Amino acid sequence: MSPAGDRVGLEVAIAKKAYLGASGESRAALRDVAFALKRGEVCALLGPSGSGKTTLLRIVAGLDRDFEGGVWLPSPHRLGMVFQEPRLLPWRTVAENLRLAGASEPKSLAEIAAVLGLALHLDHFPGELSLGLARRVAIARAFAVKPDLLLLDEPFVSLDAALALRLRGELQALVETHKATTLIVTHDVEEAISLADRIIVLAGAPGSLIADLAIETPRLAMTSRQAAAIKAELAALAAPRADR
Amino acid sequence: MLSRLASLLVLLLVWQLGSVFAGPRALPAPLAVLAVIDAEARSGALFFNLAATLLRVVASFTLAMALGTALGLAMGRHKPVDRFCDPWLIILLNLPALVVIVLAYIWIGLNETAAIGAVALNKLPIATATVREGARALDASLDEMARVFAMPLGVRVRHVLLPQLAPYLAAAMRSGLSLVWKVVLVVELLGRSNGVGFEIGVAFQLFDVTKLLAYALPFVGLMLAIETFIVQPIERHVSRWRPGRT
Ligand SMILES: Nc1ncnc2c1ncn2[C@@H]1O[C@H](COP(=O)(O)OP(=O)(O)O)[C@@H](O)[C@H]1O
Ligand SMILES: [Mg+2]
Repeated sequence: MSPAGDRVGLEVAIAKKAYLGASGESRAALRDVAFALKRGEVCALLGPSGSGKTTLLRIVAGLDRDFEGGVWLPSPHRLGMVFQEPRLLPWRTVAENLRLAGASEPKSLAEIAAVLGLALHLDHFPGELSLGLARRVAIARAFAVKPDLLLLDEPFVSLDAALALRLRGELQALVETHKATTLIVTHDVEEAISLADRIIVLAGAPGSLIADLAIETPRLAMTSRQAAAIKAELAALAAPRADR
Repeated sequence: MLSRLASLLVLLLVWQLGSVFAGPRALPAPLAVLAVIDAEARSGALFFNLAATLLRVVASFTLAMALGTALGLAMGRHKPVDRFCDPWLIILLNLPALVVIVLAYIWIGLNETAAIGAVALNKLPIATATVREGARALDASLDEMARVFAMPLGVRVRHVLLPQLAPYLAAAMRSGLSLVWKVVLVVELLGRSNGVGFEIGVAFQLFDVTKLLAYALPFVGLMLAIETFIVQPIERHVSRWRPGRT
């Protein structure tokens, strides 16, 4: 149970996370990262490569317990996750991949598959899919389990721009209908602004929290000037770090 | 297929010619062997002995695969277990089959337990080493995925673990089977009173090459049939998801 009450969807308080380097020395990857998300809040996690975004997501997912600090989730909770790579079972079809992850209701599964354009590929094996399609399956899998905590690690990286834009629209629709507490890692500011209620910026080595911005809602009312202002703000935050 | 058939025909021809030169006592002609096979089949002795041997093959094979899989998984997944068991594995791998068999008969007695145990112990180290390779090659990222989605243990074993181990299990099965059916004959020759190995032992004492071949050939045929109709289809089935292999 979260110490801050039951409207909290996720609370993170990491004092330090270190990895063991190749020669046995300890290298910090995260330091003093603390924030809380309300239930159903969509938060984008922004930051340059190596700033500990994936590390943070793994800790929240419970895959890494070797850190100083704590993570509180409402219990019970259902976790949905999109890894940086699709991580599908190559020996099972798309439909089986979705079902085995815990997608139980055939109706909602069919709906999600339709939204993501997978209806024709349900009987295919992952090896027969393009990277873009495999990514969609991974996204479908995360939503199909009806998560109340959704973690997405750069779900559109290394896809061409047009496809990324379309998938982002599809993701936005899913996020809005499913109302899960969501943490989405990206280094695309536009993506963060278009999807999130809030933007958290990690930077430095070890990565620490350098900004926590609210995005005004309704999103559609946000002018491009406001978006440009947020971008400028983020650029200003990143600049002094880049100089060092 | 046609060249294989031709090859078999040439083999038969060479055999026939060989029997003409060497004389029927040293190498009986193919038809003479066939006649004895027929006689042994009619009396029921052939099937009885084949069945006895096959049962030993199945029992020791199953035992060795089960133990080897458990041990290989433990060694592949846990460093301390691997470090502790590895020297044992190396010793077993290099212990001649004959030593294991004779020791088993001396220590356990001239009985079925010793026979099956000795065969299984001969196959165990290879099965263990092969499965250990598979366990080391397991994809940690898929394991994480399974944990994140809270897949139940049964689902993880069937759909995440076994498909990854399948090629290694198939390799262990294939090499294990050919080893087991060779060792079983020695075990029967040395300490059992039925089975193909025992009959071959009797034929040896009588210098009866016809009878020896009459038992050896159907046995080889049976093992080839098992390989073709059971082992290979299983291998094809477990690798059917691989792209470019249908
Ligand atoms: N398993 C690991 N072992 C050692 N160092 C790691 C490991 N994973 C990540 N790191 C290091 O931690 C830092 C943060 O990595 P990561 O969380 O992947 O960053 P990001 O996702 O923001 O690109 C990097 O310096 C990276 O080299
Ligand atoms: Mg990353």
